[in-house]
Amino acid sequence: MTSQVSSPAEQADAALVGGQRSSGSGGEGKEVRRLDRVIIRFAGDSGDGMQLTGDRFTSETASFGNDLSTLPNFPAEIRAPAGTLPGVSSFQLHFADHDILTPGDAPNVLVAMNPAALKANLPDVPRGAEIIVNTDEFTKRPMAKVGYATSPLEDGSLSAYNVHPVPLTTLTIEALKDFGLSRKEAERSKNMFALGLLSWMYHRPTEGTEKFLRDKFAKKPDIAEANVTAFRAGWNFGETTEDFAVSYEVAPATKAFPTGTYRNISGNLALSYGLVAASRQADLPLYLGSYPITPASDILHELSKHKNFGVRTFQAEDEIAGIGAALGAAFGGSLAVTTTSGPGVALKSETIGLAVSLELPLLIVDIQRGGPSTGLPTKTEQADLLQAMYGRNGEAPVPIVAPRTPADCFDAALEAARIALTYRTPVFLLSDGYLANGSEPWRIPEVAELPDLRVQFASGPNHVAVDGTEVFWPYKRDEHTLARPWAVPGTPGLEHRIGGIEKQDGTGNISYDPANHDFMVRTRQAKVDGIEVPDIEVDDPTDDGGRGAGTLVLGWGSTYGPITAAVRRVRGAGERIAQAHLRHLNPFPRNLGEVLARYDKVIVPEMNLGQLATLLRARYLVDARSHTQVSGMPFKAEQLAEVFKEAIND
Amino acid sequence: MTETISERASHPEALSLVPKAEARQSMKDFKSDQEVRWCPGCGDYAVLAAVQGFMPELGLAKENIVFVSGIGCSSRFPYYMNTYGMHSIHGRAPAIATGLASSRRDLSVWVVTGDGDALSIGGNHLIHALRRNVNLKILLFNNRIYGLTKGQYSPTSEVGKITKSTPMGSLDAPFNPVSLALGAEATFVARTVDSDRKHLTSVLRAAADHPGTALVEIYQNCNIFNDGAFEVLKDKEQAQEAVIRLEHGQPIRFGAPAEDGLGVKGVVRDPATGDLKVIDVREEGADGVLVHDAHSPSPTTAFALSRLADPDTLHHTPIGVLRNVDRPVYDTLMADQLDTAVEQKGKGDLSTLLTGTDTWTVVG
Repeated sequence: MTSQVSSPAEQADAALVGGQRSSGSGGEGKEVRRLDRVIIRFAGDSGDGMQLTGDRFTSETASFGNDLSTLPNFPAEIRAPAGTLPGVSSFQLHFADHDILTPGDAPNVLVAMNPAALKANLPDVPRGAEIIVNTDEFTKRPMAKVGYATSPLEDGSLSAYNVHPVPLTTLTIEALKDFGLSRKEAERSKNMFALGLLSWMYHRPTEGTEKFLRDKFAKKPDIAEANVTAFRAGWNFGETTEDFAVSYEVAPATKAFPTGTYRNISGNLALSYGLVAASRQADLPLYLGSYPITPASDILHELSKHKNFGVRTFQAEDEIAGIGAALGAAFGGSLAVTTTSGPGVALKSETIGLAVSLELPLLIVDIQRGGPSTGLPTKTEQADLLQAMYGRNGEAPVPIVAPRTPADCFDAALEAARIALTYRTPVFLLSDGYLANGSEPWRIPEVAELPDLRVQFASGPNHVAVDGTEVFWPYKRDEHTLARPWAVPGTPGLEHRIGGIEKQDGTGNISYDPANHDFMVRTRQAKVDGIEVPDIEVDDPTDDGGRGAGTLVLGWGSTYGPITAAVRRVRGAGERIAQAHLRHLNPFPRNLGEVLARYDKVIVPEMNLGQLATLLRARYLVDARSHTQVSGMPFKAEQLAEVFKEAIND
Repeated sequence: MTETISERASHPEALSLVPKAEARQSMKDFKSDQEVRWCPGCGDYAVLAAVQGFMPELGLAKENIVFVSGIGCSSRFPYYMNTYGMHSIHGRAPAIATGLASSRRDLSVWVVTGDGDALSIGGNHLIHALRRNVNLKILLFNNRIYGLTKGQYSPTSEVGKITKSTPMGSLDAPFNPVSLALGAEATFVARTVDSDRKHLTSVLRAAADHPGTALVEIYQNCNIFNDGAFEVLKDKEQAQEAVIRLEHGQPIRFGAPAEDGLGVKGVVRDPATGDLKVIDVREEGADGVLVHDAHSPSPTTAFALSRLADPDTLHHTPIGVLRNVDRPVYDTLMADQLDTAVEQKGKGDLSTLLTGTDTWTVVG
């Protein structure tokens, strides 16, 4: 079984490079081999429960202490036609005994629940990999549906792979025969059988899954026990059948993690928690105005569970009302948020412009997906950067913050809130489908470590009029931040009117004066330009006083994982390359121009057609080289590494 | 009189969470320092004066009153009120006000909008605010024309309206805002006229007292682009035939006075069709005349009343409070859920939330 030994290139993903360290024999008479990392992909029909299976394997893996990264991939249709290629849903999980950065390029193990799942996923599976197939589904009709004239299990077309034919459906039904379930009901537990088998193969802890099943089906104890039984039957099958001669251990990644308490977390969950944390740290109630849209809806779902934190969630009649309600709540002194994806941002644009003009704090969370138009709702892309940057009428600058990993969505949400509250401005938080649904271990922060986001509402007059009376000027700015006072209704003496019409500097009264408009446009821009953001850090281990790399790779957002993994590979191959990653897209870090100027070559990988590269070229007159991919899938580290090597040696 | 009149407790608690003014207020307190910039002769002046004149009666702390508007002539309204205010974007005021009202129950939130703002570009937000029953008072200034963009027909203009954008006449049938609001599950729907200060004020009073969303349609004259649109309702002689004044608990009679002092015309239910019709009580007697029941749980009679008006001539236009019923208020329900969540789960603890249930510890 050489398939599960990491290739040298793959090992370069790791900070700690290790191969197949030892092999020994298991306690139950079967051989146990140790691996440093494994990539598993579960694939089946959209109705086969592959996402749940993947989630459970992930939880087992997280509680075991491996580092991990996941990539759910599913169609937009809820129940796509059964057995068809477009209906295939998959979940890829990469776990290791060391620090890893991506869900992996190619699976070592593919679990294919039907012919469609095999056909759709086989191109990604390297020769020599293991494939576990549910043979029960390889009958004439399901095979014909996806164009298999002969059975791939028998015609030799899979001879390059290590195939384990398992009648998953039959075995599951057999295991559940005492439950009095119909065939159809019993069959539904086959994903748990598969999970049990894989859990045996990789020595995963099982208590969590059994508890999960009993909690999930608390109201249907029969179903709960049936699933637990199928799960255990899968485990036992692995242990007893001769087809599976070897099981694998992937040790906990203890050295990869700093001391602390960890949990597994997805991007959307981390982002939701970041918003709740920001509300607490700001001591302001959280108000979410939102309209359901993939892949952002999970944030609405999550926040709606936390009403005991004073969180108000408002499911609006449309995207415009979602942000409208949020802006109204911001006027009233809430920490206001709207969550959406690209098409929703397009609808919200006018209200974002109003928020720019009103200068009220507002978070606009855009979980980017494939576009244009409806595009690819369940696939990832980074093509809303220019929409966030420029997609409004008039000069309407909006700060932009982008998280880099699923867990980083927590910190990015706090940072976006800091900017919004400090500078009284709408702020874009640009996540994407890959971060939203992907997951990784997260060191749970102590609440005491979180930033203090408290704000001071205006409480009295801030200006002396020419006649000597004390008055309140809603657009009299803080000298340092250029933020205007936040005077919330209910504050006596500060009654004032604000609106989308251009207003006079200071008083906020309607003004059509040409010089005033010019001043106000420049001032709003200066406020955003002046936002304090940390300098960008460059990672260049070869830089020992002027002899560093000549090539810099610069990314933003969710490409951090694949870029970093690729950089490790390139360095592992003896090349010099520097890496930097942007969290702040507007304003850019102060030192960015100077950093870019230091390198002969700057490569900018993006999941769009070069939007950051366009901004960099315009702003810094730098010859940024774009490397782009818009397949709806994240970059693969191997391919990026090739691109970097070519650029270095170009 | 076969129908019974619904009883309804008065609701002083509609504004009970809004702090009261410490001192007696006058109309002057509600005038801002901004110069009013509507066209001379615009009906908006009368409405502004009526609102400013009515506000002291509410006796609410002025800092807890907010006017939110959209875009259009009437939407400049907040600038002239010395309260908190927001002049927002076209059609979106109900959405913005919903966020404000549902997050701040200590505020009295008013929306000022027009027929284009509320019924065309903002139609979606209006109907959803009405069905949710958010604590908002929506003043819909209906002049049946687009004023600020200089005279195009609006969604309430009569069919065949000749305007700058419809030189051969407009083609689309108009909305009846009262019918629309009733169909959208509104709990309070009223209509009044800009020039009738007394009636306008009485309707504002009823709207302010209503817990939940109140829609007040105000027929408002645009003397530049649609002058005299409501003349038939204002001219004393014509109004007798045109206006049906609705009073809760009173027979629906209008027209010149009959011997009993009430109007010679009455509204009855046609037993053949179930629909409403206008009769002459001198000919058919007053026994079958409906008694107006604004608190009826069913909106059907209110809807039928709203359909009596002829969209072209405005004859038989009902004014007054057509519907005024109780339904749980959205912001109250939202706040109740927050309280319930605290009761059930305890006040949220951030550290517990972040930790969750599945954790592992790495020891250095």
